[in-house]
Amino acid sequence: MLNTQDILETIKMIREENLDIRTVTMGISLFDCISDDPARLEQKIYDKITRSAKNLVSVCQELERTYGIPIVNKRISVTPISYVGASLSPSGFVRLAKMLERAADALGVNFIGGYSALVQKGATVGANNLIASIPEALAETTRICSSVNVASTKAGINMDAVKKMGEIIKETAYLTRENDSIGCAKLVVFANIPEDNPFMAGAMHGVGEPDTVINVGVSGPGVVAAAIKAAGDCDFSGLADTVKKIAFKITRVGQLIAAEAARRLGVPYGIVDLSLAPTPAAGDSVAEILENMGLERCGTHGTTAALALLNDAVKKGGVMASSHVGGLSGAFIPVSEDRGMIDAVGAGTLSLEKLEAMTAVCSVGLDMIAIPGDTPASTISGIIADEISIGVVNTKTTAVRVIPVWGKDVGESAEFGGLLGYAPIMPLKKESCEKFIGRGGRIPAPIHSLKN
Amino acid sequence: MKAVVTVTGRDKVGIIAEASGLCAKYGANIIDISQTVMKEYFAMIMLVELEGLSCDFSCFAEGMEKAGEECGVDIRVMHEDIFNTMHKI
Repeated sequence: MLNTQDILETIKMIREENLDIRTVTMGISLFDCISDDPARLEQKIYDKITRSAKNLVSVCQELERTYGIPIVNKRISVTPISYVGASLSPSGFVRLAKMLERAADALGVNFIGGYSALVQKGATVGANNLIASIPEALAETTRICSSVNVASTKAGINMDAVKKMGEIIKETAYLTRENDSIGCAKLVVFANIPEDNPFMAGAMHGVGEPDTVINVGVSGPGVVAAAIKAAGDCDFSGLADTVKKIAFKITRVGQLIAAEAARRLGVPYGIVDLSLAPTPAAGDSVAEILENMGLERCGTHGTTAALALLNDAVKKGGVMASSHVGGLSGAFIPVSEDRGMIDAVGAGTLSLEKLEAMTAVCSVGLDMIAIPGDTPASTISGIIADEISIGVVNTKTTAVRVIPVWGKDVGESAEFGGLLGYAPIMPLKKESCEKFIGRGGRIPAPIHSLKN
Repeated sequence: MKAVVTVTGRDKVGIIAEASGLCAKYGANIIDISQTVMKEYFAMIMLVELEGLSCDFSCFAEGMEKAGEECGVDIRVMHEDIFNTMHKI
């Protein structure tokens, strides 16, 4: 017989500490849909997605029922659309985005990710056309997520793409200005993008992936925060052990759901992503974990060290619990999606500079940060270049998802609703980096010896 | 397949009779049972075998949960594997 305490612990985690499966994401390859006729391409993509993921939502609902654990999101990631639609014009890409939206609606999934291009060394005609279509595609749809990889440790940073993405983010903000520029919440700029990430907005189905695959993202900041609180005044070794043990348990649930979803859908199991993903709900916050470690408020001195400990211990505990780990795997620090982060920004403790430092030790990057609507495109490119450099030099994934909220300024806040939450608008430096960003070309790949 | 049925709530007369009666009604065979009362708070855990279930799992789980609501206790039915995977290496 199972131990009574163990059973009650699991139930408490689910009921009181917001333990859930954040997403079951089906990756679908679209390479076999390629056609030189745009209408045929669209139809083949629609057919493949709706056929492959026909039972995704119903199987997830069955699993929720059987195991008693909520599966918050059911999602799809596809082959980067710039590959499969390489011959399309920008307006052709927008039409394809609308077709993807119809597929998402037909299946009842939350999001389809993969409206993406990889341009770390340079852009093809197709990639340029897709990037040009992003603002309109995100304004015309609600369930399509876009990502652009502008750099990698091996290729360096494509600064032309960084400059362009600053402009694309501004344009997306303008086209979705009626809704606090929400289009930008569905657009991420990456360095070292993972090919099997189940989380949005950066999910895509990489070229080395099987035809279809199931990837699962777990959650559980509330569970970790509660465990740290219960551990009391232990030293750092004790703290790390507490996080490892709880991360093991959380990940085991992810592994169970991933294996069972894959079996019931007849699709290979890919990876479990170990990320601690917060929500704006009370008690589901990464900031609260750091505060339970002994910080008066997230963002104060010691925050980077606390996050480094957390991120490392989550990985150590999680790795043993799952047969395959991948994706982003770490702690997320999206500002608008984490009540503790929102409060810390509101109190003035958590600044953009501190967030940037924090991204050097965790996944993923500057995430869901609202900035003034009149921010110049070159300043946004500067923010991207800084953050991307951290990823490139440190051989890790970093990303930028900032929202220049049209018509709003510091002192106001943006409302995105649902899991995307709300965010106070953060101040930026007023001095220009336009001349630097305007140079064009590539920042060379970093050296891998002489490490200092 | 086995499931864990947990019954929690304020203690009163007849909770075990109610829960075990329901299991019998659905054809779920109770193979282990433990129960404690802490300061008027009742917690019972049953391990049930579902081989002979008279309806599908969802119908059993929903029926148990609904009956729990009606008699003022919280009943949950979950596949045993979620506990096994979480707490056993």
